[in-house]
Amino acid sequence: MEKGMNLTLIVWRQKDAKSAGSFATYAARNVSPDMSFLEMLDVVNEGLALRGEEPIAFDSDCREGICGTCSCVINGVAHGGQKATTACQLHMRKFRDGDTLTIEPWRAKAFPVVKDLVVDRSSFDRIIQAGGFVSVRTGGTPDGNAIPVSKEDSDLAMDAAQCIGCGACVAACKNASAMLFVSAKVSHLGLLPQGKVEQDWRVLNMVKQMDAEGFGACTVTGSCEAVCPKEITLDNIARMNRDYGVATAKGK
Amino acid sequence: MNIVNNLFHSTLGKKYLMALTGAGLFGFAVIHMLGNLQVFLGPEALNRYAHFLQSNKELLWPARFGLLAMVALHIWSAVKLSAENKAARPVGYLNDPAPPAASYASRTMLMSGLIVAAFIIYHLLHFTVKVEPVNLTGRDFDDLHVLDNAGRSIHDVHQMLVIGFQQPVVVLFYIIGVGLLCLHLSHGLSAMFQSLGLRNKAWWPALQQSAKAAALLLFLGYIAVPVAVLLRLVK
Repeated sequence: MEKGMNLTLIVWRQKDAKSAGSFATYAARNVSPDMSFLEMLDVVNEGLALRGEEPIAFDSDCREGICGTCSCVINGVAHGGQKATTACQLHMRKFRDGDTLTIEPWRAKAFPVVKDLVVDRSSFDRIIQAGGFVSVRTGGTPDGNAIPVSKEDSDLAMDAAQCIGCGACVAACKNASAMLFVSAKVSHLGLLPQGKVEQDWRVLNMVKQMDAEGFGACTVTGSCEAVCPKEITLDNIARMNRDYGVATAKGK
Repeated sequence: MNIVNNLFHSTLGKKYLMALTGAGLFGFAVIHMLGNLQVFLGPEALNRYAHFLQSNKELLWPARFGLLAMVALHIWSAVKLSAENKAARPVGYLNDPAPPAASYASRTMLMSGLIVAAFIIYHLLHFTVKVEPVNLTGRDFDDLHVLDNAGRSIHDVHQMLVIGFQQPVVVLFYIIGVGLLCLHLSHGLSAMFQSLGLRNKAWWPALQQSAKAAALLLFLGYIAVPVAVLLRLVK
């Protein structure tokens, strides 16, 4: 059998939201290069459970890069630094035998740690509740193309709609700013005719909630778009800034 | 008032204030540099221009108050936002890793800005208020006068620059101060378009390159005067 990789993990351990946390070091032995990062953690956890120790708590759900649940900062980079990849889609072959990996939770005031690597991202839910929706009369399925949408707008809106709300943008930003997330939602809805109607109201309310949650401001460093697994760009932040200015100028 | 509230009490609004005042101050920096470069046209041109600015008190003071207001708003929003940004991450990452893709200029905006503010205070004491001890030459710049074409005695700004910039230490201060200003601008000039939303995908690469080019030109234009004096190219 091919010999696996041996790694040293420095992991943030925190019992619960109220306890102080600290780093603990673990050896990950015989790791297959074909494992995903989370599968590697699963194996380490099995070892911990067998020894009667508390497994490392981390978030995951779909494990195919589309749900936005997994969230760890690996060696100081959210999702581990592979372009357009979530931690669950990051494979161990990207690391080298003998590497030491630091694994930390998203760090932001608005994302309090629940346990170990798990953070509470309900601040994102509250931002969505503040305006990340379109008020429509639900009814029968509308006819296709009943509302004309230009190809360009549709493409841009769908690009923005790719945001899975994982929070890597916040984790990577030196200011723990949620601008990329909020601007993706603002763009996704505001570019389409159904969402345009409420755009002034939407952008003002979502920004207000973003500020209330304690996220920082944008310094245009570009860290967010560098780590975003869905390649949401700073263009969306510019669009949100413009929409905010227009809404403000209208006295809304 | 919603407009005041949106501008002064939100992160986006404060970035608007930062960008708008930054744009105004950049405009001043360009005009100031163009004025300085008249040194190379000879003493008469520079002294006439300086006298024209100094003697129009009704324009001089409103301009000064306008600049002061922009500086105050720029610094106020910077300090306020920096405090909020710091508070947004109470616990940092292990070994303080550099944020991905962030340029040196973008990570050091507050520090470069604060040092530039200190340099501007020195610069004002040096050539505007003309405090003798800070010029390190042992001469009082207020005593330098020259006769203009009409035979009036006006301040000899050209002579003041020549004496002032023959001090290598002073020239070094200026190079550092202007260098940091231009580092600040190499990020700030494109970031202001982003903060105001006045850009799209097509313009962004060009804006970022132009910001760096403009910052470099400004740096060269500003240091040309002290360096030329120090090298005795301007006497």
